[in-house]
Amino acid sequence: MSDQQFRLADGGRIDRERPLRFTFNGRELSGYEGDTVASALLANGLHLVSRSFKYHRPRGVLSDGSEEPNALVQLGVGAYTQPNIRATQAELYQGLIAESQNCWPSVDLDVGAVNDFLSPIFPAGFYYKTFMWPKSFWIRYEYFIRKMAGLGKAPASADPDYYDKMHVHCDVLVLGAGPAGLAAALAAGRTGARVMLADEQMEPGGYLLGRKVAINDRPAMEWVDNSIEELKSMADVRVLTRTTALAYFDHNYLTLLERVTDHLGPDANGDRPRQRLWKVRAKQVVLATGSHERPLVFRNNDRPGVMLASAAQAYLNRFAVRPGREAVVFTNNDSAYQAASDLVKGGVQCTIVDVRPEPPDELRAAARKQNIDVLSGHGVISAAGTKRVTGVDVSSLNATASGYHDAPRHLKCDLVLMSGGWNPAVHLYSQSRGKLEFDASRACFVPGESVQAERSAGACNGTFDLAFCLSEGREAGKAAAASAGFRSKSSSSSPKVESSPETPIRAVWRMPPKDPGGRYNKHFVDFQHDVTAADVDLAYREGYRSVEHLKRYTTMGMGTDQGKTSNVNALAILAEISNADIPTVGTTTFRPPYTPATFGALAGRDVGELADPVRMTPMHQWHLAHGAKFEDVGQWKRPWYYPKAGESMEEALSRECKATRNAIGILDASTLGKIDIQGPDVAEFLNRIYTNGWSKLAVGRCRYGLMCTEDGMVFDDGVTSRLAENHFLMTTTSGNAARVLAWLEEWLQTEWPELRVYCNSVTEHWATAGIAGPLARKLLSELTSDIDLDSKAFPFMSWREGTVAGIPARVMRISFTGELSFEINVQSSYGLALWTSLMSAGAKYGITPFGTETMHILRAEKGFIIAGQETDGTVTPVDLGLEGMVSKHKDFLGKRSLSRPDTLREDRKQLVGLLTEDPRQVLPEGGQIVAELKSKPPMKMIGHVTSSYFSANLDRSIALALVKGGRSRHGETVHVPLENKVVSARIGPPHFYDVEGERMHG
Amino acid sequence: MLLIECPYCGPRDEYEFSYGGEAHIVRPKHPEKLSDEEWADYLFLRTNPKGAYRERWCHAHGCRRWFNVERDTLSHQIIAVYEMGAEPPRAARKGGSKP
Repeated sequence: MSDQQFRLADGGRIDRERPLRFTFNGRELSGYEGDTVASALLANGLHLVSRSFKYHRPRGVLSDGSEEPNALVQLGVGAYTQPNIRATQAELYQGLIAESQNCWPSVDLDVGAVNDFLSPIFPAGFYYKTFMWPKSFWIRYEYFIRKMAGLGKAPASADPDYYDKMHVHCDVLVLGAGPAGLAAALAAGRTGARVMLADEQMEPGGYLLGRKVAINDRPAMEWVDNSIEELKSMADVRVLTRTTALAYFDHNYLTLLERVTDHLGPDANGDRPRQRLWKVRAKQVVLATGSHERPLVFRNNDRPGVMLASAAQAYLNRFAVRPGREAVVFTNNDSAYQAASDLVKGGVQCTIVDVRPEPPDELRAAARKQNIDVLSGHGVISAAGTKRVTGVDVSSLNATASGYHDAPRHLKCDLVLMSGGWNPAVHLYSQSRGKLEFDASRACFVPGESVQAERSAGACNGTFDLAFCLSEGREAGKAAAASAGFRSKSSSSSPKVESSPETPIRAVWRMPPKDPGGRYNKHFVDFQHDVTAADVDLAYREGYRSVEHLKRYTTMGMGTDQGKTSNVNALAILAEISNADIPTVGTTTFRPPYTPATFGALAGRDVGELADPVRMTPMHQWHLAHGAKFEDVGQWKRPWYYPKAGESMEEALSRECKATRNAIGILDASTLGKIDIQGPDVAEFLNRIYTNGWSKLAVGRCRYGLMCTEDGMVFDDGVTSRLAENHFLMTTTSGNAARVLAWLEEWLQTEWPELRVYCNSVTEHWATAGIAGPLARKLLSELTSDIDLDSKAFPFMSWREGTVAGIPARVMRISFTGELSFEINVQSSYGLALWTSLMSAGAKYGITPFGTETMHILRAEKGFIIAGQETDGTVTPVDLGLEGMVSKHKDFLGKRSLSRPDTLREDRKQLVGLLTEDPRQVLPEGGQIVAELKSKPPMKMIGHVTSSYFSANLDRSIALALVKGGRSRHGETVHVPLENKVVSARIGPPHFYDVEGERMHG
Repeated sequence: MLLIECPYCGPRDEYEFSYGGEAHIVRPKHPEKLSDEEWADYLFLRTNPKGAYRERWCHAHGCRRWFNVERDTLSHQIIAVYEMGAEPPRAARKGGSKP
């Protein structure tokens, strides 16, 4: 194998001491450390890298950076693999494996390329027009379209790597370490400011990496190295390479993505993260993000071997790669002349085709000295070749660049270099909400006024000359530091460079076809999404006049490259077609991220167990040891039920329910929200918060309360106990504790600051074991000697302090099951001890632990609601049949809303009980209820099932439901149409067991 | 992400705060005396200006204190921060200023 036959014998920034092996599409190749995948492929003479998205046209390397639309590869294999990686950015490592994307069976022989011949039937908007009829067929079309479309493949297994996040502050954040960025960072750093400098390439230098220019009469990279050394010697300066600024948010908050070990490959990253997301809050930002060269739009301008002039220059100077043997350099501005000059020195024959009739004399003279032909006033009509360009047709343009004077002349070449002017990389400036201005002489958008604390310097500001870049960068760095409060201590001047005058470009946004009236259907504008100048034209003719509509209709700029090389060409062509000027057409909105980011980097360490905290009660280990199945309630793990060996869920629930009703059950109720409320005005505060009254609640008593929001809808419920005159303990629904505390604090701070009330969450201070059942009193009496458990001394809805099993406890006689019940609260650290004491003392009574499911069944038998299950933010206390809890004697939050016309409607959904005709049939929760059954939908829905269980105690199913006008429908039969059947049920009152409540009061 | 100056803790990232909607909406002293329209106005209707807007924020993951912020809804510039119950600062009362 002739290895790297396009590599120059010397030069470049690659490390020839470190050769690397890699494979591309199964082929063994070699390169050097310091190469990108793209430069290594070009060194081996490989231009055909991928197939395009829609037409499967062969594509090569267009650029040398993150703007690359074409050369996307699937990098790595197995779990490590990443799709759509820009070969122009991915660094070569030992053993790297890359594959072409979007082709089958291979990039050389791709069946999908038939789309290219069929391209007349795939114009802009093709999908919208073709597959929308008949509507129901879309799902079938989509299956095939998805197979054909898409770029790379996502990994199928879990990511083996980890990702980090950093939160940092700095005085001056400089983005881009080219000449302007380095000058800015130096100037800011010298003031003593905290400076961060980030650059997306593997080493600093920016465009200097690819040029042969001098600074202070020495090679520019010496100045770069010295600058970096000085910056690194400063105490408060951080320099990040391989770090792309993804997004610029409000108040100078930016996210940067550092590729920490991507360049080392899967086997060499040690224990370091793959990537790190930096979240930076900067006092001042200096944008020095450079610029992107624009392609020119001519027929077949997408052929492999057609690339940007600056890219070819960089491959030659930086990577010592000759990208071809004979080049046609097609330009509309000055910058390509230097590229041609460098390439000739590197052994590439060059011909310059300049659309300008009179290029500057000194450029022409310099070209002549190097034997470079300059065809001024000419344009490239089209490129020849398929998998590699073989030549171009050129001719002299007429004065308006609308056609040609002469018959086309064919020039043989294997490389076409385009220079259509430069687009400042204004993406971050735009994300900062800055408005762009159009610079007509350079034909590009430049930043206008700053909206946030940022400055643009250098090429991203439309300043392309090196001398000006350096001075502008220095001034921006100084000014940024000064704005952040750091003054320059010493004065230093900009380094010395040669300045060259810049002549205006001649913007020809699309080269006319060979014949008048010819087609633009192979004039590619957006390479990644295969949008041509003809598509822009078609979209305009079909009425898509706004650039935002053009984008969505043609999908121009919607690829992974977000149109970095295509947007300005597209909108300029739109302007030309619509006879508008470019500023009027404007740009589409630039949105984050600047380059694609992996989900892994965004998630960081917040994955797996760390994705969300898990809360466990002090008795959790016991539940685990006793085989509990768990249910997530908010972040809590709560025992759901405790199956014995071989027991089904249904059997376990039946056993738990019967044991509790007939003997004694025990529930871990520690997760209940608990808020300790103290102060002289608590009773008044509770009066305002709860629908019922609290003034007369005696110390030692408990009361059930309902809370509404101001719109009169039930928000939470729970029992609150008066511990002392000025001391209350409120309980809330487990999943709602934080919201209730926030609600109380909001009203106290914002509306009633005069109330002397203080709230504290004590949920985790206390562990709670609830014992329920006819034997509860008997068991408790064996474990306490200082609490009188007699029903007269310790009535229902009261609490007592004492010791239980030798542990200081608050015992509340409240009940959610409808049984005689005590909730024993002890300090959390005693929770497990209390629980095991109750279990061993209760063993002789058959004490049975039960979980949330049995609790739900037992409370549903009693018709007790659960906030969030029977309520959904549209249910009032009256809807629930709890009008008895609505005080008429005081105001409370939400009261006025209960007399609004809508809340007074008689046909509101009201809580009812449902008994199915077939007692074995358990309705699904959420089931829709109809009064009049039809053979098929639509049917008029009058309500839905909120809770539904099989009740072992009643030996039949029970359900609670919200039904329109439900309270006046008792006795009616309604229907719940399900997928394969209809379940009929009778409406009744929402309670099924011990309606008088004798058991819990007993 | 906004940088919000908590009057009690200093500047903190937006994600430490929770939002409380428009400020200076006082709960009526006697809701029962209000017409349905007046009650609905208090309950549901909020201004939605393009420009300076006074709103409530709570430093929920910090000191848990509520306070007022005057913010330009267009630029997200924070014009003023002041304590609950306080009058808007004079400069802020004139309306939003250009950042």
